[in-house]
Parts: sequence; structure tokens; C-alpha cells
Amino acid sequence: MLALENVHTYYGKSHILHDVSIEVGRGEVVGLLGRNGVGKSTTLKTIMGLVRPAEGRVVFEGKDLAGLAPHKVAHVGIAYVPEDRRIFRLLSVLDNLRTGLERPGLSAERRQALLEKVYTSFPVLRERRNQAGGTLSGGEQQMLAIARAMMLEPKIILLDEPTEGLMPRMVGQIREIIAILHREGVAILLVEQNVRLTLEVSSRVYIMEKGQVRHHAPAAALRGNRAVIHQYLGV
Amino acid sequence: MTVPIPIEQILVQTVNGIVSGMILALVASGLTLIFGIMDVVNFAHGELVMLGAFVGATTLASTGSFWLAFVTAVLVLAVFGAALQASTLRPLLGRDPLTTILATFGISLVLQKYALWQWGPSARKIQEPITGQFHLFYLEYPWYRVATAIFAAAIIGALWLFLRRGKYGIWIRAATQDRIMASAMGIPVPLVHTMVFAIGSGMAAASGVLFGPLGGVTQTMGFDFTLRAFIVVVVGGMGNLGGSILASIFVSLLEAYASLVVSPAQAVIASFVALILTLLFRPTGLFVPTPK
Repeated sequence: MLALENVHTYYGKSHILHDVSIEVGRGEVVGLLGRNGVGKSTTLKTIMGLVRPAEGRVVFEGKDLAGLAPHKVAHVGIAYVPEDRRIFRLLSVLDNLRTGLERPGLSAERRQALLEKVYTSFPVLRERRNQAGGTLSGGEQQMLAIARAMMLEPKIILLDEPTEGLMPRMVGQIREIIAILHREGVAILLVEQNVRLTLEVSSRVYIMEKGQVRHHAPAAALRGNRAVIHQYLGV
Repeated sequence: MTVPIPIEQILVQTVNGIVSGMILALVASGLTLIFGIMDVVNFAHGELVMLGAFVGATTLASTGSFWLAFVTAVLVLAVFGAALQASTLRPLLGRDPLTTILATFGISLVLQKYALWQWGPSARKIQEPITGQFHLFYLEYPWYRVATAIFAAAIIGALWLFLRRGKYGIWIRAATQDRIMASAMGIPVPLVHTMVFAIGSGMAAASGVLFGPLGGVTQTMGFDFTLRAFIVVVVGGMGNLGGSILASIFVSLLEAYASLVVSPAQAVIASFVALILTLLFRPTGLFVPTPK
């Protein structure tokens, strides 16, 4: 469904992504592992159109996304949950969610139904719906960031380090959310430092090093292969 | 000062300060909205006020209706503002702020010279639609001035509601806070920028037409508006709508009171003192909570 084909991305003159090819199938959860600064986040930004690839293609459902503005990428069904969550801090929780609901062709009933759905999955967001986004705790902000992405009814969500800085209890909750999204048929490209979580929830995993994809294997194969994990991730 | 100032004079100056403060607030809220969302310091904002006033004066001369002139000026300037933003400022987005400052400064010169060419050097007068007066202590105070303040307040109130409720308000507020995340949420940010510039231009035109009967319409009137709007936008906190409105009234009252003891020309100094003190001690603005 989504494929990066031989993508090269630069920030100014520094070459960040070298010939990256990644594929995510319909409804599939795919992990992207690697140490800090190997280009995982840049890969997601490249898909989203926030960074333009110098070479290579980003293909979604047979359509080349290269050069498309981010809001158009969002319209084709790709949602983005960035690493630093990027909640609209001064907007209420409800207005944060509404940023994804104010799109053409969405009926008022459908809007309400989408809101009800995330309020059921994240009751805390219903409680806090009139509170400014910036006043939420880290974990609540992460839930809001994911809920906000769900408002777009995406076919795939790009999740960048959702467990970063969260308490262990919250990590369990993120795992559940990923499971729920997976059951609903939403594909996920998950960037993580948490190897255990990634191997648990993903079907396949790519491992990146220095801007390149160095290893690609089914998650099941990696679960028993400590050597590969140690070699690339040092854990 | 040995002679005490009579309380009547202070009250009259309070009314004067609020009236000019509300017209200024109309200009400054557009300026601050534009700065907030695209980080563009629009040095041509006063020229949009001036163009609005001329379009209003011309329409009034040919139709005789003040309100038709008002609506025409607002609509013409909104469309003009949108075209200006899309053609000149959109390509410069994300560049060094100096680039947009120079670009808008250039635009302001072009517009001034255009007005001189199109309408000539002599001042135009816009006839006020409300001519009555009422008794305010020792003065016959024109109702039009009071009506202007109320009307300006109504427009600002409508803007506030527009930003609080509805789709475009969400778009504008989200894009103001985080342009990149807003676009990732599917909000067409370039379109929102153009829309905000159109709104700001329309509001500038509104103040130009409302100000016409009070101060006359000349091709150089814009500079004074740019300058004063700048002072209040800085004093109120760049990009802060509520702060700019409060600062407009604050600075106008300050000038009105200062002109009780010194000449009106010297009273302007009071605004600059407020500006400099704000920059020195509260660079984020007087009317915003200290950032944590």
C-alpha cells in the first residue's frame, strides 16, 4: 500500500537518507528500529511531504506522493503522530481533535461518531475536552496526538516514538492502542526505541543504521535473534 | 503644572482616546493576526488603510451611500490583499524575516505612489453618515465618533467569534500555533495564509473608511497608521490579538491624556516612551502573562 523506493533525502548539504526502501502492506504494523539519529524520523517526514526526497519515490496506493504538500498527503489517507507530539497547546482538546474533522465531505453525524469513538477509547479526553491541550500530562498528550490522527480516518498512521518519556503503565496503554488500530485495519509504520514493544506488535521490522536500511526481517525471526538486535541497536 | 486640569477635560479625552483606540485596534488586530500566522511584519498595512479610504471615498462620491462605500472598500481590499499575499508574500514564506520586511516596505511605497498617481495629492473628505451631536460638558460631541467606536468594537467582536467558532477559526488558530502540524492534519496552510491576509486587509479598509470623516483621506495617511499599529502590536505582544486591542486603547488614552498637558504633536512621544519601556522591560508585551 505504501512504499518508499530508493529514497535519498538531504537536509541542506547533509545526506540523511541513503537509498531507503520500505514497504507497508494494507493493515500491516511495521516496525522501524535504529539508534538515535539514523534517519527514522526523517523517513516519516519524507513520507508526509514535510521533507522532500532528492531522489526516489514515495508511492501510496499506486500514486506517487513526491512533491505533494503535506495537507494533500493527509487527504490521501496518511496520518502523522510526530515524536514531540506537537499538540496545539492553546487549543482545547476538542479543538485539537477538530483540526482533523474540518474537512470537506464529512457529515455532522460522521464527525460526531468519530469523536464518540475516540472518547470511548480514551475516556480521559472526553473529561478534558474543554481544557487547553498544553495542560495535559505527557501521556495524555500522546493519546491526544494519536486520537487527533484518527480523526482523519487514515489508512496508515506514521507513529514516531509514541512511548518516549512515558511511564511503564502508559507504555502498556500505547500497546493496547496499537492493537485496537490494527484490529480496525489501520496500517501503522512504528518508529521506536523500545525494541520489545516493537517486536511484539509488528509483523515485520526494518533496522536502520546511518541513514540506510541494514536489516529487514519478520518480527518473529528477530524475537529469538539477540545477536542482530545487539549488533544494530546495542541492547 | 500649577493649574489643575478640570475633570471634564479628562473625561472628554477619555472618550476621544477610546474612539481613536478602537479605530487603531481594527488596524492592529489585522496586523497582529498576519504576524501571528506567517511571521510577516507587514509594513504596507497602513497603505491598505489608505487604499481602503480612497476606494471608500470614490464609491461614496459616485453612489452617495456611506455604507455601500464601506462594504465596497472592505471587499475590494480583501480581494486585493489576497492577491498581494499570493503573488508577493507566499513565495517568500520561510525566508529571512528581513526579506519580507523589505518586500512589504517596497509594497507600501508602490501603493503610496499609485494613490498619488490615481487620486492626486489633495486630501479627500468622506462625509460622515451620522451628523448629530450631543452635549458632552463644554463640547458638542459628534455622535459619529461614538458610533465609530461601537462599530469597530462590533467588527472586532465578529472577528473573535469567527476565530472561536467554525471551521476557518480552527484552521487559523491551529496554523498560527504550529504551521507544520496543521498541514499534517490536512489543513491547507497556504490557503489559510491568504485568507488571513484578506481578512487583515479588509479590516484595514474598514478602519480607513471609518477614519475618513475624522481625519481626511490622503495618500500619505498610511504611514501614521503603520507606525501606531506597530507600537500597539509590540506593546500588546506580537501576534496576541487581545493584547493588541487592549494596547490600542491604552496607547490612545495615553496620547489623549498627554495632550492635556503638552501639544498633540508632543503627545505622540508618550506612545514611543510606552514602546521603548515595553521593549526594555516586557519584550513579550504588556498584556500577556510572563512566559514560563
